Amino acid sequence: MSLLELRGLTTAFQTARGEISAIEDISFELNAGEILGIVGESGSGKSVTALTIMGLLPQPPARVAAGSVRFAGEELTTASPNRMEKIRGAGISMIFQEPMTSLNPVFTIGEQIMETVRAHERMSASAQRERAIEMLDRVGIPSATKRLNDYPHQLSGGQRQRVMIAMSLACRPKLLIADEPTTALDVTIQAQVLDLLMDLRDELGMAIMIITHNIGVIAEVADRVLVMYAGRIVEQSPAADLFDAPQHPYTKGLLACVPTLQQDRHRLIAIPGSLPEPARRPPGCRFAPRCTYRIEACRTAIPPLVMRREDRAVACIRADELVAS
Amino acid sequence: MIPLVSAAGLIKHYAITGGAFLRRQTSALRAVDGVDLDIMAGETLGLVGESGCGKSTLGRTLIRLIEPTAGTILFDGADITALDMKAMRPKRRTMQIIFQDPYGALNPRMSVEDIIMEPLVIHGAKGDGATRALVANMLRLVGLPQRAASRFPHEFSGGQRQRVGIARALALKPRFVVCDEPVSALDVSVQAQIVNLLQDLQAELGLTYLFIAHDLSVVKHISDRVAVMYLGKIVEIAEKGTIYAAPQHPYTQALIAAVPVLRPQDRGRGRRTRLSGDIPSALNPPAGCRFHTRCPHVMPICHTLEPLLRTTAAGHKVACHLTESP
Repeated sequence: MSLLELRGLTTAFQTARGEISAIEDISFELNAGEILGIVGESGSGKSVTALTIMGLLPQPPARVAAGSVRFAGEELTTASPNRMEKIRGAGISMIFQEPMTSLNPVFTIGEQIMETVRAHERMSASAQRERAIEMLDRVGIPSATKRLNDYPHQLSGGQRQRVMIAMSLACRPKLLIADEPTTALDVTIQAQVLDLLMDLRDELGMAIMIITHNIGVIAEVADRVLVMYAGRIVEQSPAADLFDAPQHPYTKGLLACVPTLQQDRHRLIAIPGSLPEPARRPPGCRFAPRCTYRIEACRTAIPPLVMRREDRAVACIRADELVAS
Repeated sequence: MIPLVSAAGLIKHYAITGGAFLRRQTSALRAVDGVDLDIMAGETLGLVGESGCGKSTLGRTLIRLIEPTAGTILFDGADITALDMKAMRPKRRTMQIIFQDPYGALNPRMSVEDIIMEPLVIHGAKGDGATRALVANMLRLVGLPQRAASRFPHEFSGGQRQRVGIARALALKPRFVVCDEPVSALDVSVQAQIVNLLQDLQAELGLTYLFIAHDLSVVKHISDRVAVMYLGKIVEIAEKGTIYAAPQHPYTQALIAAVPVLRPQDRGRGRRTRLSGDIPSALNPPAGCRFHTRCPHVMPICHTLEPLLRTTAAGHKVACHLTESP
């Protein structure tokens, strides 16, 4: 049984222009010890997917319109708020892009980690302190005992993200969701944080879901990748295969348009057009207006995500032809 | 060849005040701390470094959007460091800037036509048909439809807004453009469009770019030469091919090693060396070489003596004791 299983998840938002689905028909599985990367641009629905799993979207305006989220066999979309509070932190925890705004500026980092522990486990104050020190040590904060009394503003951006990770690990969750964990960090600090996440997976056997727009970050850490576009999964693949041979035209375009240090191109191969707004998504395949491979049929029906091999799936009606060519 | 822009001993310190009424200067933030730099006509010089290294301050100081604390700036051979506002104005036409955030850089209450026309009017154009025709021409140049003229910034996507920002910067026909992280706020699939546009415009209009970015891959793609900054200083500068293939400064090496690699076969075996620690504060930079607190090759001399930016090969300058011949 997989640790996390999403089936046909659709989350909709009530807006002035009527109900708009932010994500549609999202299905995937995540196993213990696995790092799943979700890559997508703005409006792709990657963060909404994570927040739906966590039960952190305000309802209303948000609503799970269809589908299910099962974590360790338990259905989360219908779980009570009390039950979700227990699962958040102890079962699934989450870190965010901006570590400064995610930490409370008027409490020391020690107090904030201990608060998390206290919320889930009964233990003495000294045991909480021990746990906090252990976690700070674990994420590579030097002289943890001393830093316990620091306030967030006394730390650098990279250290704050480490503290966030320490806090998210404090109750030993089985799944860590990291939403753009390195986007606000410099490239040398990003490398440190990604190394830390991989070490934690190796040592604690935790599953990690990493959400980012940076395809390079995914390439560094993920075992398996979901590519999202305008609220839907367009491709799903083991990481190595995806970067070797992308099958969806969007994935191909995305990989071709980012410059890399290894290649020299005279000109970048740009994807024409821009991302559709959620309220103005085209009928049929969402990528069709920007796709160089589109045919008439692409504009009429949304292509389903079809399993092509045991571990690869693509939502494109021309996938067979494109892979063959 | 005379450089189009030339800076010597350029320094920008920000006073940090404290005490009653904040009149007492307690320390200085050394954003740019002694930079010598030549930018040749027609080239793209990439400027990379991590946040807080002073790259944006340097870019803005070169065109005197920020007044330097010390040093000289030559533009097309003429000293512009001490020019007063009036004398500076005609020079400003020739130097423009494109900002990172296309949302914050455009006035939401002005139409696109007014936004592009504003610099022209400031420099003496009348808001007449001829000026409108010029705006229409700029829209065509940056790939926006003519109907965009009467619209407002919120009606556009990030990439289109950045096109408006580019049109505004180029309306005065500048020779030198500072591109300050022009694509980092854009979606990945849109970045390539803007990078291509900037390259096309350079070829068409003979522009000289200072391209500031933290993304080393984009800088490699667009630049002719690349300068690397760390804590207010340039630590290495060379032709693009040289600096990426054979970086000499340990910081440049670490920066390049930290860039994620897309295809597994391009990755070296095993883990690459990682820089430990964080960037020190520019309020109180380390003595000697500023990088010595994080450098994997640190030697005793690095703690005390600051290495100078020296030429190690034709067109390649490095500030590191390791590269100095004994």
